[in-house]
Amino acid sequence: MSEVKKPKNVREPLFHLAKRDNLSGKKALLIRLSAIAVGILITCIFGFLIVGWTPLDILQTLIDGTFGTSNRRWDLMEKTAILLCISLAVTPAFRMRFWNIGAEGQTLVACLVSGACMLKIGDKVPNPLLLLIMLVASVAAGALWALIPAIFKAFWNTNETLFTLMMNYVAAQITSYYVYIWSVPKGSGHVGIINSTTKAGWLVSIGDKPYLLTILIVAVMTVISYIYLNHCKHGYEISVVGESEKTARYIGINVKKVILRTMIISGAICGLTGFLIVSGADHTFIKDSVGGLGFTAIMVSWLAKFNPLAMTFFAFLIAFLGKGSNEITTLTGLDSSFANIVTGLVIFCVIGCEFFINYTIRFRKKETPAAEKPVAPAKTDEPEAETETTEKEAQS
Amino acid sequence: MSAVPAIELKGITKTFGDVIANQDIDLSVYRGEILSILGENGSGKTTLMNMISGIYYPDSGHIFIDGEEVLIRSPKDAFQYKIGMIHQHFKLIDVFTATENIVLGLTDGRYDLAAYEKRVQEICDRYGFNLDPKKKIYDMSVSEKQTVEIIKVLFRGADILILDEPTAVLTPQETDRLFDVLRHMRDDGKAIIIITHKLHEVLSLSDRVSVLCKGRYVGTVVTKETDEMKLTEMMVGAKVDLNIHRSDPVNPTPRLIVNGLNCKNEDGIPVLKNISFTAMSGEILGIAGIAGSGQRELLESIAGLQQLESGEISYMNPASGETEDLRNKSPRRIRELGVRLSFVPEDRLGMGLVGNMGIIDNMMLRSYETGRGFFLNRTAPASLADQIISDLQVVTPDAKTPVRRLSGGNVQKVLVGREIASAPTVLMVAYPVRGLDINSSFTIYRLLNEQKEKGVSVIFVGEDLDVLIELCDRILVLSSGSISGIVDPRSTADEKSLKEQIGLLMTKKVEDAPATAANVKAAEAAEAVEAPETGKEETERE
Repeated sequence: MSEVKKPKNVREPLFHLAKRDNLSGKKALLIRLSAIAVGILITCIFGFLIVGWTPLDILQTLIDGTFGTSNRRWDLMEKTAILLCISLAVTPAFRMRFWNIGAEGQTLVACLVSGACMLKIGDKVPNPLLLLIMLVASVAAGALWALIPAIFKAFWNTNETLFTLMMNYVAAQITSYYVYIWSVPKGSGHVGIINSTTKAGWLVSIGDKPYLLTILIVAVMTVISYIYLNHCKHGYEISVVGESEKTARYIGINVKKVILRTMIISGAICGLTGFLIVSGADHTFIKDSVGGLGFTAIMVSWLAKFNPLAMTFFAFLIAFLGKGSNEITTLTGLDSSFANIVTGLVIFCVIGCEFFINYTIRFRKKETPAAEKPVAPAKTDEPEAETETTEKEAQS
Repeated sequence: MSAVPAIELKGITKTFGDVIANQDIDLSVYRGEILSILGENGSGKTTLMNMISGIYYPDSGHIFIDGEEVLIRSPKDAFQYKIGMIHQHFKLIDVFTATENIVLGLTDGRYDLAAYEKRVQEICDRYGFNLDPKKKIYDMSVSEKQTVEIIKVLFRGADILILDEPTAVLTPQETDRLFDVLRHMRDDGKAIIIITHKLHEVLSLSDRVSVLCKGRYVGTVVTKETDEMKLTEMMVGAKVDLNIHRSDPVNPTPRLIVNGLNCKNEDGIPVLKNISFTAMSGEILGIAGIAGSGQRELLESIAGLQQLESGEISYMNPASGETEDLRNKSPRRIRELGVRLSFVPEDRLGMGLVGNMGIIDNMMLRSYETGRGFFLNRTAPASLADQIISDLQVVTPDAKTPVRRLSGGNVQKVLVGREIASAPTVLMVAYPVRGLDINSSFTIYRLLNEQKEKGVSVIFVGEDLDVLIELCDRILVLSSGSISGIVDPRSTADEKSLKEQIGLLMTKKVEDAPATAANVKAAEAAEAVEAPETGKEETERE
């Protein structure tokens, strides 16, 4: 074999890709964390080029803008909680491979309904009852908004992606209409803070921490979601329907029923979020009450691979980046798009790193006489021998 | 045979992660010969061929064409060296004609369809293909589609042909025709590599056989100097008993009676026409037929997954002695009736199992509803999973590894294991050994025989006629949705004539008749000439 001559006109490619089979969880986590670090590093360099600050300054501002004061910390937590709650809402549907991109609209109708309750019956019923009515009405509204596309999907197999997307616009228009009707003063296009004196329908604060209750509710929902999806019969049915409808029918799962039930749950959690937004934080509603969080939540859910516990981290990361970079724009007078660019850069790195989790790059070996006889490196030899013996055992 | 091999591989190694797919493989093919590559599943046959055809790039090793070392980095390079591969799965455009598919992607010269058609016809005449160049793909049978694929590479001037399990989808008659064509091509000086795991095909077709075992090269033998036993030993690395044990049915009683079944598919085309038969306890009823003759729909009808046009499906409950009507009932309803019906579908990972779930969660598919609470109970499924792993020697890192990561044989063991675990009274299996290696196949046959001996009525849809004849007690032959005959595999001593008989029945046209009992009997009586067993079957039913 040693007299073999390499052809002159063709060269071995410089590198080629090889698929990784099993990457240990630790290594994968390390790759993902370094991706986030790389993303933030790029942000710093990008910021340096735009603003002229040193990367260290930018990093400082990011952290200062989010953790600087007690108010900022609470605000960050609340933003994380709301984003997380919508992410929890879309997740059951996504696990079922039902692409519910209508969380925005489902949450918005709930905001509208919550606000309407505050406006219309705020002074007629005692506050605890009012809160209860608001909660129930919001949850029902969100569930209804999700149920409509689900019915069409289950019975006529319409495309749920388009349908839920369109429902967002319907929700936005209805909300605009009522904002106009109920605007104070008339025709101003703003509802304004509702019941600012009586505080009827305002979510009670625990101690002097206004957002604590919201955060606690979302924390409980996260745990419940995790258990529901992983340890309940319903969650199991959702996974089976999502993985393969054929398998679901084969074992006798009523696929229609599961689709409807899951979407009701998905919409109901959106409804809860809407209630938390209006009652817990904004105390008003506008067309942009949800502000695109319904779409950001899709990203959070995917990044976390539909795991509610992991979503906590990603919701936090996105809230942190958004808030931190907002601080930079405020201080420098940049356009608010800067915040979107920063979030985009980091998420791009996080998604991009999946490539390195699935593939490894092999470079061309240097041509030395020793490399003439190509044998697999000693390391890979060992596990191979192991599998061989297990296979032999299996055959005997 | 020329002295320089048309293609020669030296020390080819390819790994995927920790898995070594090919290690240090040497291989050579000369012009004017047919080389078979034989090996069990996962022995690296297809990986090796993919490296020759430019789909994968080897980690190390050398490839020589006509004695010159070459690098094949892409399918384009392979084409440049006149290497053509015919894949297991066809890549054709349905609404185009044969010729349009064949010339698709050619960039040389003017698009002159008439001239192309003439050239296609010339290739057909030269090698004895039977193909109409103007026929649309959607009008074609599987074997015609395969012909188009072969002509596609010949048209591009390939003279090293690689065929990946070409006979898996063909009837015995079609296989013979293909082999004739391949012999013509060999005599024309082409180098042909054929991947297969059917030993008798290797012996009848090839000049030499190269054997792979677990990614390693075992050796090459001249076909004339070897036999099935020796090849199996090379392939498996140990002696294997190739006989299937078949006991006589003990005390058979009717278990499942199907009468006048009619069923249409989504497009409204009849897929089952007037199907009537009785499955007995303690027997294996084989179902033979060309792929897509209604086998899947028949089993799915019984399992409650198909909407029926007409017909009856009655189940005789051995425990209560009562008759249950299964027609148009959902699988859950059937289970609730106490009917212990198990079904191993053809599509293992798409229907029988969930590929992304581990063995434990897949065990739960059948049992997750048990227990009253809201929560899942994973204890029983976990112990069942452990039991199946140890009883059936499933090779898996652990019970939580997604089943799609297991090899085909192990996936099937998991599925069959689960279906048997529920102590069925009727067990339906569709192509249970498709894509499985010899050892796994025989494990499955053994399991089916065990069930039969326990008095289970086993319905076995198979494609390998040799196996059907050796394993089954009766063979029902389907031809485009109708029963064209029922054959007793014990009746004829000569296996070859029995195979021919079944092969003819598989393509026989059955007259459409209204679904009345009298007509069914008349039709079956007419077939009694070919299948004398039908008459007996008829009396048993009455």
